[in-house]
Amino acid sequence: MSTIAQKKGFGATLWDFLTTVDHKKIAILYLIAGGFFFVVGGLEAVFIRIQLAIPNNDFVSAGAFNEIITMHGTTMIFLAAMPLLFAFMNAVMPLQIGARDVAFPFINALGFWLFFFGGVFLNLSWFLGGAPDAGWTSYASLAIHSKGHGVDFYVLGLQISGIGTLIGGINFLVTIINMRAPGMTYMRMPLFTWSTFVASAMILFAFPPLTVGLTLMMFDRLFGANFFEVAMGGNTIIWEHLFWIFGHPEVYILILPAFGIFSEIFSLFSRKRLFGYSSMVFATVLIGFLGFMVWAHHMFTAGLGPVANAIFAVATMAIGVPTGIKIFNWLFTMWGGSVKFTTPMYYAFGFIPSFVMGGVTGVMVATAAADYQYHDTYFVVAHFHYVIVGGVVLAILAATHLWWPKMFGTMLNETLGKITFWFFFIGFHLTFFIQHFLGLWGMPRRVFTYLPGQGFDAANAVSSVGAAFMSIGVLIMLYNIIMTSVKNVKVGNDPWGDGRSLEWAIPSPPPFYNFKQLPLVRGLDAYWLEKMAGKKGMTPAEPLGDIHMPNSSFIPFMISLGLFIAAFGAMYHRDHSWGMAVLILGLLVTFGSMFLRSVKDDHGFHIHKEDLVDESDKGVKA
Amino acid sequence: MTNQQLNSGNPSVDIEYRRRKNAEEMRYQVISFSLMIFLTLVAFASVAMKDFTAWFTMPFILLLAVVQVIFQLFYFMHMSHKGHEAPTLFLFSGLFVGLTGILAFLTIVWW
Repeated sequence: MSTIAQKKGFGATLWDFLTTVDHKKIAILYLIAGGFFFVVGGLEAVFIRIQLAIPNNDFVSAGAFNEIITMHGTTMIFLAAMPLLFAFMNAVMPLQIGARDVAFPFINALGFWLFFFGGVFLNLSWFLGGAPDAGWTSYASLAIHSKGHGVDFYVLGLQISGIGTLIGGINFLVTIINMRAPGMTYMRMPLFTWSTFVASAMILFAFPPLTVGLTLMMFDRLFGANFFEVAMGGNTIIWEHLFWIFGHPEVYILILPAFGIFSEIFSLFSRKRLFGYSSMVFATVLIGFLGFMVWAHHMFTAGLGPVANAIFAVATMAIGVPTGIKIFNWLFTMWGGSVKFTTPMYYAFGFIPSFVMGGVTGVMVATAAADYQYHDTYFVVAHFHYVIVGGVVLAILAATHLWWPKMFGTMLNETLGKITFWFFFIGFHLTFFIQHFLGLWGMPRRVFTYLPGQGFDAANAVSSVGAAFMSIGVLIMLYNIIMTSVKNVKVGNDPWGDGRSLEWAIPSPPPFYNFKQLPLVRGLDAYWLEKMAGKKGMTPAEPLGDIHMPNSSFIPFMISLGLFIAAFGAMYHRDHSWGMAVLILGLLVTFGSMFLRSVKDDHGFHIHKEDLVDESDKGVKA
Repeated sequence: MTNQQLNSGNPSVDIEYRRRKNAEEMRYQVISFSLMIFLTLVAFASVAMKDFTAWFTMPFILLLAVVQVIFQLFYFMHMSHKGHEAPTLFLFSGLFVGLTGILAFLTIVWW
């Protein structure tokens, strides 16, 4: 195995990505697929805003509008935000802890392909008789009576991509527990790694309830069960609980990595150690913990009774405390730092006021009594877009600029990046700020149109203009990405010049084995410490030796493809006679591939020491 | 790279210490095993007793079961040993999350 890069044709590159088990390439796959679904979900958002721009509009029908809002929410949460965060976790987390790959590279690839096929399956609903239309929460009382196969696409698609997310999360957990470099204790891990750890633990506990809920729903809709059918003795509220027992941790699974990304950015561009590191870790863990005890605040108006409402209201407000700790720590990190205004830092600056506003309205809607007023109005829409766009999406855009050089070896244009930021940031506030008031004035959410003269006209027009601004911002960013890739100006290890964590100590993009020798970590901000001690790179923790690497494999793709085929069979088995055959065929492909994987010994390969020794650096650097 | 055997033929391994440790381990296992048998007998006895109502017997048996699970995990599956901190943490976190859900279902869903 030669370590010298060779020029490859398109087919070879495609095959490489279809079979790769390298965490850096899987990160790129997640970034491309997540980016694609982000654009799809964004288009759906634009359609929503066009429809609502003027009263009595007929741009789309009421039925199509329901499909669009359902798919916008589902796509953005499951197929855009999660995979994009997974992209950065995959790309950066193993580097930050000084590992050569994740613990289970094969499982990592499997997780991606399951997500991908689940996402494709869900979106094929547009072309196969209509998308799901019961909202992204898909409440059972709506969903089991939904005509056509829309909700079946939702149930089966999310089930498949949910398995992918679950095994991805377990993989990250095992990686962080077992594969930290010598000296990398838990309390020396960068905040992004910490937030990956906590978010992965939350995935481990939050996804099983979703799996259970989707399974029950699948049996109700496809196999004649009556778990949620009240007339047959079922209970429709069970779905709501199962969904939110998953759903609330899910939004923290999204926001914690975002917090991690911003912690890295604040520290890096203030050129200062993160203020209150240990309290940041504590707050992250506490938010993860509290996230499991608040789900019923989504159901205040479902009739849980005053005691349950009060308990969940107080638990919800308690989350404001660790979040406040974080906000102040970020401010104190900048205070007294030598702040450099780069594109990621713009996003980080914009994030603080935006997210605090989302947090404040969060405490408002957490007040159970007041929530009866806010519930199902645009106030709630404004609130969750302030935390998700103002938190998660800003973090994803910031991370794209921050880690682009590490993932691709090229630097995104800073000027274009700042223009993107201003368009997106202004557009975001223009779109969603006014929606608070729309909600308070009484505009319900999930309505496909409204009558003129009710006081909603001007505010909705403003909101739609904001959506146009955000779209322009995203288009400029796409242009930036294309131009940067075409120009292909390579950068060195530490392109921002102030890198603190281990990923900046190795080339951009890193070689496929990441670290020639595992680095010795002497403290928090390991690379920064070495630079301050006057060294050029990390001190190696081991002599140069053979590196064991996993082989590429096409089996993850086949396992996922089998489930994709089986899902069609499950969906159509009542309509067509071939349905059952397709279901069995798909499961055969999946289990056959798993069997093949089990019986075929695959020991991987070694990169030999001689191939690693480079004349220029004598192999002494990590 | 060759696989290195960590103990065989290594003169620095303290055989005496190992033996003492193993004996201690064995003692714990025997004690917890006999306790578990005893608890099982108690469980059967509580069911056999005519005077106890189901309202006492059911929670009592469940309590005994929990104790047995803890014995099983800590003494037979070696969770009391060093290096099991992460599994312990995740086991109890999972238990916490699961029991919260069950509690909620018992109190506010199937009221």
